[in-house]
Formats: sequence, C-alpha cells, structure tokens
Amino acid sequence: MARQNNQEINAGSMADIAFLLLIFFLVTTTMDTDKGLARQLPPMPEDEQPDEDNKIKERNLLVVLINKNDRLLVNGEEMYVDNLKDKTKEFIANPAQDENLPQMERKVIMIKNPDYYPGSEEPKKIPHKLFESRYPDGYPVSKGVISLQNDRGTSYKRYIEVQNELVAAYNELRNELSMRMFQKRYNELTDEGDVDAIRAAIPQRISEAEPKNIGD
Amino acid sequence: MASKFQRKGKSGDTPGINTASLPDIVFMLLFFFMVSTTMREQELKIQVRVPDATEIQKLEKKSLVSYIYVGEPKRSYQRFFGSEPRIQLNDAFKQVKEIPDYVAAEREARDENERPFMTTSLKIDYEVKMGIVTDIKQELRKANALKINYSSKQKTE
Repeated sequence: MARQNNQEINAGSMADIAFLLLIFFLVTTTMDTDKGLARQLPPMPEDEQPDEDNKIKERNLLVVLINKNDRLLVNGEEMYVDNLKDKTKEFIANPAQDENLPQMERKVIMIKNPDYYPGSEEPKKIPHKLFESRYPDGYPVSKGVISLQNDRGTSYKRYIEVQNELVAAYNELRNELSMRMFQKRYNELTDEGDVDAIRAAIPQRISEAEPKNIGD
Repeated sequence: MASKFQRKGKSGDTPGINTASLPDIVFMLLFFFMVSTTMREQELKIQVRVPDATEIQKLEKKSLVSYIYVGEPKRSYQRFFGSEPRIQLNDAFKQVKEIPDYVAAEREARDENERPFMTTSLKIDYEVKMGIVTDIKQELRKANALKINYSSKQKTE
C-alpha cells in the first residue's frame, strides 16, 4: 500500500517560521542588561544653610581629590588607585584605634520593624537582636566620611574607578562583619533585618562635594 | 553482502536527513534569545562604551528607569554635531539645561506611588570628561532625581 490512511500535517515549514521569529528577535533585542554603580545624590542645599562639611572634624574626613591629569591625592598625599581600597578600609574601620583616624561611636543597631505598618502601635524601628546581645553597649560605628572631589577635566573612567574602589572598600568591610555575625557573605544574606543591621553598622558615607575647580 | 546494509523497500539511493526535530531546535534557540535579551530601547546617535567596575548592582525595575546618554556623536552625525561629547535624551541631542524638563516628563509618565523609586541611569562613555557629568548631576539634583546609577559593565580579570 503506498498511501497511508492517517496523513500527518506537513511540518516542513515549521522550521522556516521559527527561524523567521528567531531572526526577528535577534535584530530587535540587545544582550546588555542594565548594571552599574548605584549612588544617591545629595539634595540641593537650601539657601543660607550652614555647610555640613565644616562641622566634621579633620580626623573623620578622608578627602579624595582627582585632578585633571587623573592623579589622586588622598588626605594630602599622592596615591595610586590600587592602594585606595586598603587605605579606605583602614580609614573606616580604624582597627588600631589611631588618634588620626576616625572616631567610633557606640550605637545600638536599629532595623526596620517588620510588624510596623502606617498607623500601627508598633515602633517603626527595633534593635537587632543578635547585635544587641553581642554588643550590649552598642556597636562601634565609624564616624568617617569620605569626601570625593574631582576636576572638570578628570576623565569619567578614572572617576568610576575611584568610586568603584570606595564602594569595594565598604563592601569588603560589610562582608567581614557579615561573616563574623551571621557566617554568611553580605550579598548572600537572606533576612532583610540582617541586611539592614549590617548597613546600619557600616553606613556608606561618600560625600560628593559641590563642584569646584581643583586645577592641576 | 552489501544488501545487509541496505534499507528494506528502497534500493540504492541514500535517504534524506530527518529534519523533523529542526523546528524544535530553532524554537529552543528562539526561547533562549527571548529570555536572555531585552528590547532595544532607542537608536543611539552617540558612541557609548561604559567603563568597567567590579561592585556593580543590577537595576531592579526597568520600567522605572530613565536613561541619559553622553558620548561622542557617531561618525555619520559628526558632520552636523561635531565630535565633542553630547547628551542624548530619548532620540535627540539635548543641552544640559533641558534635563529637568526631561526628568519631569519621565516622572509624569509613571504611576504616582512609584515615582519615589525612579532611577536615572547614566550611560556615559569612559572618555568623557567629568565637567559635563558634573553639570548633569547638578541638574538632576535641581530636578530632585537623586537616585542615579552609573552604568558600567563587569570587569573581567
């Protein structure tokens, strides 16, 4: 018998249709996912408001200057980008309780109360339990502030490199603290309260000064 | 002996390759590309090579992101716009002082309770000087669009 009773649908053109769709998607889409360094800009200063930076003591301030030739000056001494991360880490953590490095302020680590909702009786913030039990008189939070200033002639590449190093320093310190407290890396923490606590214990304080010309 | 390897029924000519699974393979490819890529937003008139960084985060909600592109105009546009870095908003070259209007328009287009979470993604070529970037940042501060994201790609060691 040459002819079968139940004939199948001819699926030969299916491949062509699928190819057409595939090529359409190849052309109209891009691979790049949006990633980058997330930052928060300071709000515009109100008129006649005293400059906050003036109140910060010198030992609590790490001034990072980038000039128009992309060279770095950190607290008055020239530095390569490669050394910036270690310098920043030392500045924030101040492990040796150096007189010239930032002061520590003992603070109770507060986190967002998960039971709180607008209009409820619950307090908005509650202390973190583990931090409270391990540090009864508060966790020493660094008062250090990093002030980043750049020239109009600084290249964007160098600026991002420096930003990246500063964020890396904070992230490494947060990782270390997270390992100590929760035996997990900071970016692997699942509990939102834990993340909040680490953030409160090592706050990211990078201030971008009002633009001004530093020259060379 | 040769008849041992020959198919029954047919004689002599080689059988065609079975293409029944070809659609499946192509569909698989199709789904891969549909999942892993995103729709092209707009045509770039400038060259943007974003810098490398290691501490990058993924942008959470695409619908809440507005983009500012800065870079050298592409070759075909250099005749009209020169080779100095320019700002592109949506599909056109713009001046720095037009940014607040753009931010306001973007904000207007979003749902009211989502507006506080809006982010501005700065896609800036790495050869651009900081002067223009500082100007943009100042304009964003004036427009009260404080959440920004310096677009960059993962550094490969």
